[in-house]
Amino acid sequence: MTYHFDFGAVLVYWPALLHGVLITLELTGFGAVLGVGLGIVCAYIRLGGPRPLRFIIGVYVEMIRNTPFLVQLFFIFFGLPALGLSLSAIAAAILATVINLGAYSTEIIRAGIEGTPAGQTEAGASLGLTKFESFRHIILKPALARIWPALSAQIIIVMLGTAICSQIAVQELTYAASFIQSRSFRAFEAYFVVTALYLALAILLRQTLRLGGKFLFPWERSR
Amino acid sequence: MITRRYFSQILAASFGTAAALTAATPAFAGALADIMKSGTIKIAVPQDFPPFGSVGADMQPQGYDIDMARLIASKMGLTLDLVPVTSENRIPFLQTHKVDIVISSLGKTPDRAKVIDFSDEYAPYVSGIFGPPSVLVSTPADLAGKTIGVTRGALEDLEVTKIAPPSAIINRYGDNQSTIAAFLSGQVQLIGTASAVASAIIARHPPVLPGLKITLKNSPCYIGLNKNEPDLMAKLNSIIATAKKDGSLNAISLKWLQTPLPAGF
Repeated sequence: MTYHFDFGAVLVYWPALLHGVLITLELTGFGAVLGVGLGIVCAYIRLGGPRPLRFIIGVYVEMIRNTPFLVQLFFIFFGLPALGLSLSAIAAAILATVINLGAYSTEIIRAGIEGTPAGQTEAGASLGLTKFESFRHIILKPALARIWPALSAQIIIVMLGTAICSQIAVQELTYAASFIQSRSFRAFEAYFVVTALYLALAILLRQTLRLGGKFLFPWERSR
Repeated sequence: MITRRYFSQILAASFGTAAALTAATPAFAGALADIMKSGTIKIAVPQDFPPFGSVGADMQPQGYDIDMARLIASKMGLTLDLVPVTSENRIPFLQTHKVDIVISSLGKTPDRAKVIDFSDEYAPYVSGIFGPPSVLVSTPADLAGKTIGVTRGALEDLEVTKIAPPSAIINRYGDNQSTIAAFLSGQVQLIGTASAVASAIIARHPPVLPGLKITLKNSPCYIGLNKNEPDLMAKLNSIIATAKKDGSLNAISLKWLQTPLPAGF
């Protein structure tokens, strides 16, 4: 018994694949920008904010980093409607992605900030910068430059993790694959094509982030 | 540090491996002979689709499909290996020989018949669109603007996709449990499923009651097996025929669907 490959049966569904790629990029884009933004705010508070706020952020980070993403997603999508907050699948997926990446990037950015020599902060103070200005220019930017590779890797993990959102019927790339195989019964071909697409997306994203890093932190040596 | 050239070598190597896998052509003797020789039959069953297949309070699988699988295994004198599957992956499990047969409330469609074979029918199955009294729907046209939850690749997915107007929003979930959860949590207004499943949901006294709105299809369940297995097919059909005659199939129906088998079964 020979398995006859038939990629044509899968590729006729190219609009579904294209749509899947776009939704995956949408989830990753919103997730990365808002998630890293959330991470910066939380790292700022965790290092220098008032004690109760620091405690709340600590609980948030540990809760998210020690529970599965799928459970977080189900909690937001299936659980919150019971409390009267009903989000669409895509909104729930974006929210879950932002919350998830926010927790991880808080810790990554905090590590970068803690690695900044104290003299740098003192230099800021002696220049007469306010606490916020000194954070923005003297602490955050060098910290981000230092942890940019780790942050990039986390963003790619998040991009690959958006596959889980197919469970709540978000029509991203994995959804497209299982939709196609449920119609064409060509599971091998469908997942083969989608694997190649994820690989291409990951390489593309990695290169984009590398170039972005060069642009944002021109003083850093290229990696 | 992975240089670009090294990376492309890895890439080329992995695609080469995939091509080699394709070239390999395992030989299969008749499926029935293989199964009898191994002494175990692997049967794909649902675990998220009460009353056909679910997990009981004792964490053991239970339901119409599971009893049917037990019946088949005992009549063939084999050890039973139950393999839980979802609506979406039950046919790939069969195609890739992860299971010998599929007893997973599988309906017959022309597309499915192109890739697998079907035994005689072993269970009645009426599928429909269900929803609470507040959602007013009685014809496919009424589905305009409504959200309907179905399980990806299930019969209801295929049928609703066919009959619903373009403005209807069809949300396709990865397994039946998620579909039911989407309906009960109000993420969709209507649910496309089997009438027996809707009854099972109502029996749990949920906040939203799924009443029948539109009957989609009366399509009995068949056992799925791989193509060109005449010996296995004959064996399964003779077991089903005997079970219909001696009343054991009717007993399964009474136990799980609370009704005797319909006339003509």
